[in-house]
Amino acid sequence: MALFKSAMSKIKQGLAKTRDVLFMDVRDLVPFFARKLDDELINELETRLLKADVGTLATKRLIDGIRADYKSGKMTRGEEVLVYLKRELKAMWPEQDRSLHIAPPGSGPTVILVTGVNGAGKTTSIAKLCAMLRSQDKKVLLAACDTFRAGAVRQLEIWADRLGVEVIKGQQGGDPAAVAFDACKAAIARAADVLIIDTAGRLHTQDPLMRQLGKIRTVVAKQIEGAPHETLLVLDATSGQNALRQAEEFSKAAPITGVFLAKLDGTAKGGIVVAIRAATSIPVKFVGVGETPDDIEPFDPDQFVDAMFAT
Amino acid sequence: MFERLSDGFASVFRKLSGKGSISEGNVRDAMTDVRSALLDADVHVDVVEAFTQRVLEDAVGREVTKSLKPGEEMIGIVHDRLVELLGGDPAQSPEEALAPAPDGGIMQVSPGPTIVMMCGLQGSGKTTTCGKLAAHLKKRGRSVMLCAADLQRPAAVEQLHTVAEQVQRDSPGGAQVHFYGEPDKSAAYGKAVGVAVQVCQRALAEARKKGVDTLILDTAGRLHINAELMGELAQVNSALRPHQVFLVVDAMTGQDAVNFAKAFHEQIEVDGIILTKFDSDTRGGAAISVKHVTGAPIRFVGVGEKMEALEEFHAQRMAGRILGMGDVVSLVEKAREQVSDEEAAAIEAKMAKGEMSMDDFLAQLRTLRRMGPLKQLLGLLPGVGSALKDVHIDDKHLDRVEAIVHSMTPQERRRPGELNNSRRRRIATGSGAKQEEVGQLAKQFDVVSKMAKQMAGMNAAAKVKAVKEMGSSGMGSMFPGVQNLPGLSGKGSSHMVSLKSKFKKRKK
Repeated sequence: MALFKSAMSKIKQGLAKTRDVLFMDVRDLVPFFARKLDDELINELETRLLKADVGTLATKRLIDGIRADYKSGKMTRGEEVLVYLKRELKAMWPEQDRSLHIAPPGSGPTVILVTGVNGAGKTTSIAKLCAMLRSQDKKVLLAACDTFRAGAVRQLEIWADRLGVEVIKGQQGGDPAAVAFDACKAAIARAADVLIIDTAGRLHTQDPLMRQLGKIRTVVAKQIEGAPHETLLVLDATSGQNALRQAEEFSKAAPITGVFLAKLDGTAKGGIVVAIRAATSIPVKFVGVGETPDDIEPFDPDQFVDAMFAT
Repeated sequence: MFERLSDGFASVFRKLSGKGSISEGNVRDAMTDVRSALLDADVHVDVVEAFTQRVLEDAVGREVTKSLKPGEEMIGIVHDRLVELLGGDPAQSPEEALAPAPDGGIMQVSPGPTIVMMCGLQGSGKTTTCGKLAAHLKKRGRSVMLCAADLQRPAAVEQLHTVAEQVQRDSPGGAQVHFYGEPDKSAAYGKAVGVAVQVCQRALAEARKKGVDTLILDTAGRLHINAELMGELAQVNSALRPHQVFLVVDAMTGQDAVNFAKAFHEQIEVDGIILTKFDSDTRGGAAISVKHVTGAPIRFVGVGEKMEALEEFHAQRMAGRILGMGDVVSLVEKAREQVSDEEAAAIEAKMAKGEMSMDDFLAQLRTLRRMGPLKQLLGLLPGVGSALKDVHIDDKHLDRVEAIVHSMTPQERRRPGELNNSRRRRIATGSGAKQEEVGQLAKQFDVVSKMAKQMAGMNAAAKVKAVKEMGSSGMGSMFPGVQNLPGLSGKGSSHMVSLKSKFKKRKK
C-alpha cells in the first residue's frame, strides 16, 4: 500500500498543470464563502449543489444539515459551510474505501472488471489504470471483452501498444465470457499481477446484456479465487440523475465495488457521485481528468468539494 | 414521480374544495413537487425556476377549480407548457404530432451534396448516430458518404468504416453508402489538430465526384473548453460550410448540458440536436436545457444499438416522459407500425361477437411482442413506468403461452373453454407445460373474451376502466410474468383517459 501511495504522489506532481485547470485555488472560492451565513447564501448553496448534479435528495440532506446548524447558531460564517461540506463528504468516503482492492500475495492476479454504459469512457479509463499500475512496476494484462462495438478491440490494442502491455482478444461478435475465460488462463500462465477486463458499453435497461455481464463475472470468479477483486463502474462526469439507476442496475448484475469518475476535466462537477454514495455504499476510487494515460487521480473529497464550488 | 405529482395537486385542490380560482399561495406547494420532478429529470436549475414561475402565472386566476379534476388540469397546464418549451404544439393530436417531417428531418440542397456535420462531447454517440443517419437516408433513397473526421480517438476511423459497411450491407433501401477516411492521419489525442479540415475537404471532392446526395462529417469528440480542438471545429465549419450542424447529446446528461451546448453553439451555430441513448430509463430533461440555450430544434432520438434505432423527435412524447406520465404517443406509434386499421377493426368486430379464438389471441400476442420487450411496452403506459422499476418481467413466459396454444388443435383453439382432462393432458405433454397451466390459460381466455364482448359497446373511458379492473382480476395473470401489476389497477392511469379525451376534444 505504501508503494501505491508514493506512486500516486508522483502522478499527482505530474498533474500539476491539469490541477490548475481542474481544481481552483481555495482562495478563489472566498468571495462566495466569505459572506455572512444567511438564508440567501443557503439558497445559493442549494442551487450550486443542484447545478453540480448532486440531485434533489442528497442536496436536501446537506442543506437541511446546514440550515439546522445555522438556526441553532452553531454556524454563522460562510466559510464554515465549506468546512461542513468537506467533513460530510469525507465521512461519506473514508480513505480505506477509496483504495484499490488487491489480491492477497500469492493468490494469483488481481482482476479488475471495468463496466459502464456506452460512451462513459471505459477504454480510456482502462488505459489510465494500466499506466498507473505500470508505473508501480506491475505486470498488466488486458482483456478485450467488448466484442460488440466496431473498432473497440482495435482501440484497446492501440492503447496497449502505446503502454507496452499485452491484450487477450477474441473474435468480433464472439462471446465476451469466452474471452474473459482465456484472459484469466493467460493471466495465470504469464504470472501477471493485474488483469483488467474491458467490457462492451451497455445500457442498464437491456436485460440480456446485463445478464451477459453477470456471466462474465461468474466465469472470472470461477477461474481465479476472489476475482474480480474490483468491479469498477465508469461514470461520465456529465451524467445526470440517471447514473444512480446505472449504479443500482449494474450492481445487480455484477456488484460494483467502486466508481471511476471520467471526464472531470470539463465543466461538469460530477456531483452525481454524492447522490450515488447517499443511496448506495459505492465509493469513488479514481477520477479521470484528461486524454492522456497519466490523467488519473485518486479521488479526493476535499478537492472534489472545492471543484464543485469553483466557477 | 407522476403519482407524486398527481397526489400533490390532488391534495391542494381537496383543500380548496371547489371554491374560488387558483391563487399563487395554494399552488405554490404543489409547484415544489413540479420543481423536484423537473430537477430529478435533469432539467437545468435556472430553466426549472423560470418554468415553474411561468406555470404559476399561467395557473393563477384560471378557474381550474371549477373543473371536475383540477389536479389533472394543473398537470395538463404543466404538460402543455413543457411541450411548448420543447418546441412542440400542445394542441396537436397524437396523429398530427406523429406525422413524419416531409424532408425526413434532414434538409436537402440541390445541387448536392448536402453537408451534415456532427459534433459533441466524447462518448455522446456521434459515430453510431452517423451510421443511423446513413441508414435513415438510405431508406429514403438518398446516397450517403460518411467521412471520418475523428483523428483523435484510437480506432475511430476503423469504427466508422465498419459502420458504413454494415449500413450498406444490412440496412433497407437502395441507395449507396460510401465511406471516406484516412486512417494513417490518426494520432494520439491532441496531436493531429487541424488535419481534419483537409480530410473533410478531400471527402467533399470525392463526394462530388461520386455524385453523393449527403456527406456526413463525423468529427472528434471534444470538450467545449478545449480551445484548440474547438478552433479546429470552427475551421472545418468555415472551410466546408455544412448545411446542417447537429449537436449530439447523451440523453443521460445532467446539469452541464447548458454549459457545453452554449459553448458549441457560440463557436459554430448549431442547427439541430440529436439525443442519444434514449433507450435507457433516463427522463432526459437535458433536452429542455439544450433546447433552451441553443434554440435549435431537437430532430432525432437514438433508441437502441441497431442502425435502424433512430426516431424523429416528438415534443409531446418527451414532455410526458419528463413528467413520468408514460408515453401513450409512442405506444400508439408502435402499435400502428404493426397493425393496420383494417386488422384492428376486424379484431374488434370479432371481439364484439364473442368469436375471438386462441389463434387471434396468438396473433395479437405476436404483434405485441414485435413491438418490443413487454417491460418496455408496459413502461410506456401512464403510471405504470415507475411501478415497474423492480418488477422482473421475463418475455420467456410468453414463449410458454405460445407453446401451449401451438399444441392445440384448430377446434380447441376456437373453443378453449371446452377442453376436457384428456385434452389438457395431451396439450400439456405437447407443450412441456403443466396441466394446470393449460387449464388456467383456457379459463382466463374465456373470462377475457367475455369481457371483450361486453367492452365492445363501451366508450373509451369505460373501456380503460374495464381494462383496469381486468388487471386486478384476470388479464394480468394471463401472462404469468406480469402478475399483480401495480400500475394497471392504480390511479396513475386515469390521466391517460383525460389526455386522450383532451386530444379528441381538440380534434373537433
